[in-house]
Amino acid sequence: MELVEAIILAVLAASTPLLLAATGELITERAGVLNLGVEGMMIVGAACGFGGAWLSGSIIVGALCGIVAGALLSLIFALMTLGLAVNQVATGLALTILGIGLSGLIGARFVGEKITPAPHLHIPGLTDIPLVGRILFGEDGFIYLSLALVVAVWWFLYKTRAGLILRAVGDNHVSAHALGYPVLQIRMYAVMFGGACAGLAGAYLPLAYTPFFIPGMTAGRGWIALALVVFASWRPGRLVIGAYLFGAVTILQLHAQGWGVGVPSQLMSALPYLATVIVLVLISRARSGGSTAPAALGTVFVPDR
Amino acid sequence: MQLVLEKRAERSNTIALVSPLIAIGLTIVTMSILFVILGKNPISALGVYFIDPLTDSYSLQEIAVKASPLVMIAIGLSLCYLANAWNIGAEGQFLVGAVAGSWLAVKTQGTDAGPWVLPAMLLLGAAAGALYALIPAICKVRFGASEILTSLMLVYVADLFLDYLVRGPWRDPKGFNFPTTAEFDPVATVPLLIETGRLHLGAVIALVVVAAGTVLLGKTIKGFEIRVVGAAPRAARFGGFNSNQLILLTFAISGALAGLAGIIEVAGPVGHLQPGISPGYGFTAIIVAFLGRLNPVGILIAGLFLALTFIGGEQAQIAMKIPLDVTKVFQGILLFYVLACDSLILYRFKLIYASAKVA
Repeated sequence: MELVEAIILAVLAASTPLLLAATGELITERAGVLNLGVEGMMIVGAACGFGGAWLSGSIIVGALCGIVAGALLSLIFALMTLGLAVNQVATGLALTILGIGLSGLIGARFVGEKITPAPHLHIPGLTDIPLVGRILFGEDGFIYLSLALVVAVWWFLYKTRAGLILRAVGDNHVSAHALGYPVLQIRMYAVMFGGACAGLAGAYLPLAYTPFFIPGMTAGRGWIALALVVFASWRPGRLVIGAYLFGAVTILQLHAQGWGVGVPSQLMSALPYLATVIVLVLISRARSGGSTAPAALGTVFVPDR
Repeated sequence: MQLVLEKRAERSNTIALVSPLIAIGLTIVTMSILFVILGKNPISALGVYFIDPLTDSYSLQEIAVKASPLVMIAIGLSLCYLANAWNIGAEGQFLVGAVAGSWLAVKTQGTDAGPWVLPAMLLLGAAAGALYALIPAICKVRFGASEILTSLMLVYVADLFLDYLVRGPWRDPKGFNFPTTAEFDPVATVPLLIETGRLHLGAVIALVVVAAGTVLLGKTIKGFEIRVVGAAPRAARFGGFNSNQLILLTFAISGALAGLAGIIEVAGPVGHLQPGISPGYGFTAIIVAFLGRLNPVGILIAGLFLALTFIGGEQAQIAMKIPLDVTKVFQGILLFYVLACDSLILYRFKLIYASAKVA
C-alpha cells in the first residue's frame, strides 16, 4: 500500500505543471487566441522561478518571478498578434524558440545549484491518517493552488458576466465588437493570464518537482498542455481528468523502468508523447460531427473604426 | 495615443522586399543592447558574429555546410506553410531520415558493397522522412487532429528512437561505450567537393532543391494550387482543389527533404550516427522559411544568413565567452521582427493622438 500511496503522490506532482499551464491556455483559447508559446513561457518561468527562489531564499518569491516572466513573454505575444495582427501560429513558435534561448541564458549561472523544495502541508492528525492522509492533506501548496485555479476558472467562465463576455469574444469577435466590447483588450488580458499560468507551471518544476534547474527541463510539457486543452474540449472540469491521466502515464513509465520491465527505457520515455498523439486522434475522431473549439480560435481581428 | 492598423488596398511589393532587411536591422540593434547587458563590447561582438566568419575559407565552407540542411528543410516547410499546413516536426523527420539511411550504412559495414550504397541511403532517408511526416498529415486529414501538436510530439519520439539505436543494437563495439555507430565506410559517405575542405555534395543537392522548389511553385499547376489553398481557401474550394490531398503532398515533400537533409548530415559532416546530430536544424528552418518569405531563392539567402549566426555564435563563444544560447535568443528575436515587419505588407501603421477611442 505504501507503493500505491507513493505512486498517487507522484502522479499528482507530475500532473500539476500540466494542469496549471493548460488552465491558463484554456482561458487564452476561450478568448479566441491560440498561443503556441506555452513551452517557451514555461521554460523561462522555470529559469526565472529558480533564480528568484535561489537568490531570495523564498519559494513564494520564486513563484512570483515565474509568473511575472511568463506574463511578460505573453505580453510580447499579445502585442504581436493583437496589436500588429501577425499570424498566431508563427508568433507562438517564435515565442517558444526565444523562450528556450532566454531560459538557457538566464539559467546558466544557476545550473548545479540547489534549493530547499516547496514544503508540504502538514496538519497534525489529518495528515497522519493512513493511506489518504498524505494524499489529501500532505501535498505542496502548488497542488492545492492548481485545483483552486481550475475551480475559479470554471466559476469565472460559466457564472460571471465577464466570463460570458470572454466566451463571446472567442466565439464571434465581430459581434462582440459590434456590441461595444473591447475585443483586443479582453484578449490581451486572457493572453497574459495564460502567460502567468505557464510561467507558474514552469516555476513549479524547479521549485517543487526537482529542487534544481537544468536547461530544457520542461521537456515538451508545454506542448502536452496545449494538447490537454483540446482533450478537455475547452472545459475546465475535463482538464483535471486529462492532466491526471497524463501525469499517471508519466509516472507509470518511470516506475516500469524501475521494475526492469523488459522494454527499452527510451520506449517507455516516449510513452507520454505517443499517448498525446493517440489521444488527439481519438478525441478529434470522436468529435468529427462538430467542433467544440471556440469558433474564432486563431483568427486575426482588426477592428474597423 | 493609440496604434491602429489600416488595411492597404493592395499588398505593398516594395515592403515585401525590404521587410526582411528592416527585421535584420532591428534584430542587430536589439542584440547590441543584449551584448551591453552581458557586459560585452557590442561592436566587437557583432564583428565576431557577422564579419569574422566571412573572412576565412574554413568558415565560409562551414557556413555552406550548415546552410545546406537549413535550406533543404525550409524549402519543404515553406510548401506546407503556403498551403496553410503547419508542419513543425521537421526536426523529427530529419532524425528519422538519418536513422533510416544509417541502417544501410551499418548493415553494409565492412562488406565489399559497391558505390550504390550512398544513393540508396539517400533514398531511404528521404522515404523515411516522408513516411514519418505523413503520420501527422494523415491524422489531420482523416481525423482532424491538430498537425501542429502531433508533428511536434513525434520529434521527441524520433529523438528517443535514435538514442535507443546508438546505445543498443547499433553501438560501435570498438567505441569505448560511447553512444555512436562505427564510422561509416567510404562508399557510405557523402563525397567532399574540395579534397581537403569541408564542403560536400550536400551543398549541390541543396541548390538543386532550391531550383526544383522555384519551378514547382512558379511553373506548375500543383504549385499554383498550393498557393491558392493557403491564400484563399474559399476560392480554392470553388476551383475544386483538394485541400486534403495538398496537405498530404506538402507534408510528404517536406518530410522527404528533411529526411534527406538528415542522412546527408550523418553521412557527410558527422560521418556516423550519434545523438545530437542536429543543433536544432528543424526548428531553425522554420525561421529560415519565414525570413526567406516562403520563397525558394529568399530561403537560400536566409539559410546562408542563419548558418552565419551558427558559426558566428560558436566563434563568439570561443573568442569572447558569449554563451551559445545567445544564438538561439538572436534567432527567436529575428523571427519576431520578421513577422512584425511582414504585417507592414498588408497593413499601414497609424498613430492616433486624440483619445477618440471607439471601444
